[in-house]
Amino acid sequence: MVGAVLLGGGLTWLVAYPLGIVLLESVGGPGGWTPDAFRELLGRRNEWAALWGSLWISLATVALGAAIGVPLAFLFARCEFPGRRVLGGLVALPAVLPPLVGVLAFLFLFGETGFLARLVQAALGLQDPPWRFQGAGAILLVHAYSMYVYFYLFVRAALARFDPSMLEAAQSLGAGRWRTLRRVTLPLLRPALTGAALLTFMASLASFSAPYLFGGGFRVMTTQIVATRLNGDDRLAMAETVTLTALALVALWLLGGGTAADAGRGGAKGVAPAARRIASRPLRIAVAGLGWAFAIVLLLPPLTLVLLSFVPVGTWTVETVPPAYTTGNYLSLLREPERARPLLNSLWMATAAAAAAVALSLAAGVLVVRRRAPGRRLIEGLLALPWAVPGTVFAIALATAFSVHSPATGRTVLVGTVWILPMAYLIRNLPLTGRAVLAGFRQLDPALEEAAASLGAGRWRTLRRVTLPLLRPSIAAGATLAFVTGLGDFVTSIVLYTFDTRPISLEILASLRQADIGVAAAYGVVLMVVSGLVFVLGAERRAAAG
Amino acid sequence: MATDRTAPPAGNAIVGGSRVPAYLSLEGLTKRFGDVLAVDGLSFGMARGEILALLGPSGSGKTTTLRLLAGFERADAGRIVVDGVDLTRSDPVARRFGMVFQHYALFPHLDVGENVAFGLESLGVHGEELRKRVAAALAMVDLTGFERRRVTELSGGQQQRVALARALAPEPRVLLLDEPLSNLDPALRERTRRELRKLIRRVGITTVIVTHEQEEAFDLADRVALLRDGRLEQLGTPAELYDAPATAFVARFVGRSSAVSGLVVANDQGAIRVRVEELEWAGRGAAREGWVPRPGDPVQVIFRPEALWLTDPASGILQGTVVDRRFRGDGTIVTVRTDGGALLEVAAQHGAAEEGQRVGIAPSRRGRRGVHLFPGPVS
Repeated sequence: MVGAVLLGGGLTWLVAYPLGIVLLESVGGPGGWTPDAFRELLGRRNEWAALWGSLWISLATVALGAAIGVPLAFLFARCEFPGRRVLGGLVALPAVLPPLVGVLAFLFLFGETGFLARLVQAALGLQDPPWRFQGAGAILLVHAYSMYVYFYLFVRAALARFDPSMLEAAQSLGAGRWRTLRRVTLPLLRPALTGAALLTFMASLASFSAPYLFGGGFRVMTTQIVATRLNGDDRLAMAETVTLTALALVALWLLGGGTAADAGRGGAKGVAPAARRIASRPLRIAVAGLGWAFAIVLLLPPLTLVLLSFVPVGTWTVETVPPAYTTGNYLSLLREPERARPLLNSLWMATAAAAAAVALSLAAGVLVVRRRAPGRRLIEGLLALPWAVPGTVFAIALATAFSVHSPATGRTVLVGTVWILPMAYLIRNLPLTGRAVLAGFRQLDPALEEAAASLGAGRWRTLRRVTLPLLRPSIAAGATLAFVTGLGDFVTSIVLYTFDTRPISLEILASLRQADIGVAAAYGVVLMVVSGLVFVLGAERRAAAG
Repeated sequence: MATDRTAPPAGNAIVGGSRVPAYLSLEGLTKRFGDVLAVDGLSFGMARGEILALLGPSGSGKTTTLRLLAGFERADAGRIVVDGVDLTRSDPVARRFGMVFQHYALFPHLDVGENVAFGLESLGVHGEELRKRVAAALAMVDLTGFERRRVTELSGGQQQRVALARALAPEPRVLLLDEPLSNLDPALRERTRRELRKLIRRVGITTVIVTHEQEEAFDLADRVALLRDGRLEQLGTPAELYDAPATAFVARFVGRSSAVSGLVVANDQGAIRVRVEELEWAGRGAAREGWVPRPGDPVQVIFRPEALWLTDPASGILQGTVVDRRFRGDGTIVTVRTDGGALLEVAAQHGAAEEGQRVGIAPSRRGRRGVHLFPGPVS
């Protein structure tokens, strides 16, 4: 009971309270309640354009993601061809790239001074770069690259859990391949498809890095909010924040709140139908060739990044390929304290935020799943809420709520301190970590803890010897996701950082502004490698425990 | 009404017909989940070393009773007393009851030896003594040398034995078994049943077994408590339950039987005559106190198959047509639809009748013991 009150209260203060303050202050002027900020927002054409931009970009991203991810999932789940295993893993690669790193890689590959543009320019002998990688098209390309993975992973997981007797039953009832697909497979995949669509839509709506770097004159809500705030119009920024939140919540409501949690539960038990070897040899070779080509396309952006991380500053000017290479960029990250600083900042802040998220999730797991404490729905709702709210919104909310010293109302000045960024990362982590840990608790047979009690183990020994070891895979998954999210965070950091607490992402941006692409790329590679390593280690812990 | 049933006095256990102070007793134990009374004023006592089965259909409250005993659920009313000490409010850790869970609940991240050692470590046993006691517990269930095996590598039967060894290793005061054989395949189940009873006897531990299979209950337990809707219908030896059912529910639940409606014709100081269709039977009243059937009262007559005998249609007291036959090793169970419309199961020899054949039914030689009367018509 006391635990539930403490946790519920703490989460309310952390997650819901800042949002409430933004809502209040967006309509509270010096002379009392006023809808001025919203009236101003609705009266401006560029606000409408940004709103519309957010909406259609997100819908288009869902369509593109499905068009790429679903066929890929079927191909890898159902067909056997050379290289299927390796490719199946590579295809999920964009999921581990922090958004800003993906954007950076795209910039160096497709941007107007990127590899591809230079190649085309040289080949055709053009005076100017052949294209400007900017606007909605560029954003969509980046989104498609990084977000088709949701469809691919969800549908593939659902197909893997598919009970093959279901397909056999359809066939024995005389249904042909097409009818089986339409009447059995697709309906059973629906939870996975809606889940992936919702996730893609929300991620796209919250996307900041791509529109910020490639948007040019094309604005979406997230970039609009940050721009308004930089212009000093805090009230309008708050009104925009409230509007974006409303848009996200409406989308969540329309797509069915709970579906993401049930995603992939389409099938029942049973072993997945074995992948069928493609009978025709030429077709098999063609499929394998296409698969490898696709993988190379996927790998090109990160490879570009790796290559450019070895380019000394100021040496790559008009050449098609960089003329000189050095390890100096990496060495400078280690040797120069001011360059090492962002790395250390990001590492400790991401670690602290991940640890806090795990601790809160474990407490929630005990209270919500085991004790079935009163208020458990509130606790679970608060854990999940930041998932539905774009990171920019939380950044503005924290900046608003914790820039005032008023202990009586639970507010204190945290903006400008070292605590604000870990706090922002923590909030963003809660849904990921919370879901992983709660799912772990739910899968844990309560009889195991009862068995420990009947064998004389007290609460603490049961937790240490039985519960935690069995939860290790879920904790590893939750902590991994949290750490990687925090490490690569850009969207909240850009609003809340100070020079002393600047994280890697902001340093990348600064290097880019100084045209120091080698250092920017080196930071990107470090971010990519650390994220990838943590993922691999997390997966190994999971495998070892399972 | 079931409320007027007399419960056996708690605090005493009946062993071999004589009352001894109970080692484990339940007194008016009650548990409510929302609107559902899962356990409703349950009282009984067990002697030290007795094996008792909680038998009943699903939803009868037997598992809840076991979980109340284990301390995983808190009783809303009533007491649980072991060896004179009230344990109703003490938590599972303090009770020192061993439990074997339905799906065994072996710790998957620990090996066999570590599983068995878990409860001993709670008692502070360590080092060489721990090793010896783990080995002894495993030897007891014929798994000597299995210490370093992973529990997931074991067969179902082996897992069941590890669970048993783990529960018994800390020498608990009471052993609780939740459907201990339900996860084994049928062939293994019967053999394991014998071994399990032998082992429990050898250890001499007071044991409560939850099961929904009467054969299992009869094979394993000294006495069986038959539950229905959270209440105790009857507590007795398997023979008592079969030959002297306290209620129509017990008579129908235990063994094979068929029920027909009848009318009391005469009651001559307990020698009751009943009319069923055209026939008068000498039945035997249910072992219930306070029920005096009077002529004209409707009654439910429950026949065991062996109380009836197939004859030719002319010499039977009831006539009917065979509608079904089921082979049962030692004989055939023939289902007859009487001309009055009742369905009766009759024990017959193989090939005694064909489906569709006209037959007569007469009381068999042991007929009197297999006919039970209960108030009211067949529900």
